[in-house]
Amino acid sequence: MLLSYIKIAWKVLMRRKFFTAINLFGISFTLMILLVVMALFDHALGPNNPERRTDRLLYVQTIRQQMQDGLGWMNMPASPHFVNHFVRTLKTPEQVGMISNINNATAFTNKGLLALDVRYADGEFWQMMDFEFLSGRAFTPAEVKQSQPLCVINEATARQYFGRLDVVGQTLELDLHRYRVAGVVRNVSAARIMTYSDVWLPYTLDPGLLRDSRLEGPYLTIILAPSAAAVPAVRREFDQLVRRIPIPKPKDVKAIYAFADTPLISLTRAIHFDVNATRLEDDNLGTFYAVVITLGLLFMLLPALNLVNLNVTRILERSGEIGVRKAFGATGSNLVSQFLVENVVLVLVGGLLGLALAAGALALLNESEVLAHAHFSLSWRVFGWGLLLTLLFGLMSGVYPAWKMSRLNPVAALRGSGEQK
Amino acid sequence: MDTLAPAPAPATAPARTLQPMLRLIDIEKVYQTKTIETVALNRVNLTIGKGEFVSIMGPSGCGKSTLLSLIGLLDEPTSGTIELNGRAVRSYSDKEVAALRNSKIGFVFQSYHLINDLSVLDNVELPLLYRPGVSGKERRQRALDALDKVGLSARTAHFPGQLSGGQRQRVAIARALVGQPELILADEPTGNLDSVMGEEIMDLLLELNRRDGVTIVMVTHDEQQALKTERLVRFFDGSQVS
Ligand SMILES: Nc1ncnc2c1ncn2[C@@H]1O[C@H](COP(=O)(O)OP(=O)(O)O)[C@@H](O)[C@H]1O
Ligand SMILES: [Mg+2]
Repeated sequence: MLLSYIKIAWKVLMRRKFFTAINLFGISFTLMILLVVMALFDHALGPNNPERRTDRLLYVQTIRQQMQDGLGWMNMPASPHFVNHFVRTLKTPEQVGMISNINNATAFTNKGLLALDVRYADGEFWQMMDFEFLSGRAFTPAEVKQSQPLCVINEATARQYFGRLDVVGQTLELDLHRYRVAGVVRNVSAARIMTYSDVWLPYTLDPGLLRDSRLEGPYLTIILAPSAAAVPAVRREFDQLVRRIPIPKPKDVKAIYAFADTPLISLTRAIHFDVNATRLEDDNLGTFYAVVITLGLLFMLLPALNLVNLNVTRILERSGEIGVRKAFGATGSNLVSQFLVENVVLVLVGGLLGLALAAGALALLNESEVLAHAHFSLSWRVFGWGLLLTLLFGLMSGVYPAWKMSRLNPVAALRGSGEQK
Repeated sequence: MDTLAPAPAPATAPARTLQPMLRLIDIEKVYQTKTIETVALNRVNLTIGKGEFVSIMGPSGCGKSTLLSLIGLLDEPTSGTIELNGRAVRSYSDKEVAALRNSKIGFVFQSYHLINDLSVLDNVELPLLYRPGVSGKERRQRALDALDKVGLSARTAHFPGQLSGGQRQRVAIARALVGQPELILADEPTGNLDSVMGEEIMDLLLELNRRDGVTIVMVTHDEQQALKTERLVRFFDGSQVS
């Protein structure tokens, strides 16, 4: 039955080229945009180079200090002191690491100035991430402790500065400091804000490094849980830790807040619907999902409504067919399934077209290099979501017309009026 | 009003015991619209025996099509009882009625009502699509056989728009008989055709009735055609007059 419905659907669609073309345009365009958005999202937050273990990586992006007497908030990332003296005392994580904000530095080449992004990291950082080393290796915790003048550079820097890739042991001069190249890694997309850089240096070489006990600084704290299942326990232990941290200047600071979040939650938590929000514990994740899903559905609703409208209009045009089918024994549910299959086939074809369009759009984005080293692609994950969305779309736009169609009175349908039962 | 006396069976027909196949008892059909109420059928009593070929005549608007749609279980009477093989149709569920239409009844319409998006073969296969347990292969074979019967084996891949009126009606007849129904209902099947083509269609129906014993109820305006059938029922203004 299903097979013959699909066959009929295909025949009907091939015969109605104009109707099919109009619908396909709307469907494929909508799905293209949704797929591109999902691909961008996946590129920035999914498990990609070098953050592969996203299911168990947690980040502490800001430490929020509430000032006394309503003087507001001080929001800053952490200091190495915070990481080394507090976060490293946690029992549940597998590993704790840190990386600084992005700094700008300049290198001189034969061709002129080379502006580079530089970040400072500890040795543990490299153990938590899965950088792809083209040659050499990362610097180790021991080397960091000894403040060895080492660096890891990306492929682009190797090519621009040295003109080749096998540069391990060579010297990179940055802002008049000299570093020995320990390793060269594949370029990291600038969209991976937690890890991206051109040059990574041991944090002990950070000229701005303060050796006092303040909590705030320029460092992002990264925590690796031993397994995805252990993530909640790690987050709980971190929460308890923050509550125990003594406030450095109780005269000025009333309270300290910090959270170990997944990349997505660290983004959603940063969305403050109310600047003076008292409910800091709220990670907004639920709200975020609700908003995203609502927007996505609304976005699909327009072309879906258009399809519903076209389909309902076509019921009149197809009333003879409906009458004939009923006269020859089709039940209401036969007609509903037939029509739904027809619609889903149409929408799936549109979905495939949308997929092709999305691949094209991403290729254009890649070509235009809007974001350094960003290579957007459609993963199987995105494809799966796209397929799900497409089916949802097909059902959304098919159910109502199909139901309406199945309710036509056969006699009236044969006479060609759209009269209802 | 004589409703039960059948015309004598032609010599070529197999011997029949005239079991009633369909009985209409005190049928009334009233169409209610916002402004007016139309009595399309007024206390109609009619019995159709197995294997009969009945023609129905009467002026336009007298309720012939309404009668056919009631016999074909496409609509329900306002009052009265329809019995199919001795059982009141009212006692069947919607699903059962659909199954009855599928297995027992075949329709032929004045304006053919072929599905233009489907090929001739697919159009003819349509009734079998709604019959459980018929494989795609069997559907195809039976549709080809039916098309062979109406002399259209050479046109299976055509679309209805590529055929003449007479050919379209023959496709419609193939579709009506592909499911081997006991009853074929034809509403002015030759109304849109010239006399030569009309003759062809009429011969086809007569042959179906004689050779295969299919019961046929046909609405017609053509006195000549009506005379070829076993029994003629005349209607006037919603009532049976002969
Ligand atoms: N759906 C309907 N709504 C209102 N009136 C109808 C409807 N169908 C038929 N009629 C009326 O019922 C009467 C009988 O119609 P019909 O059975 O089509 O006649 P015939 O087939 O003999 O020409 C006509 O007066 C027609 O206008
Ligand atoms: Mg009529």
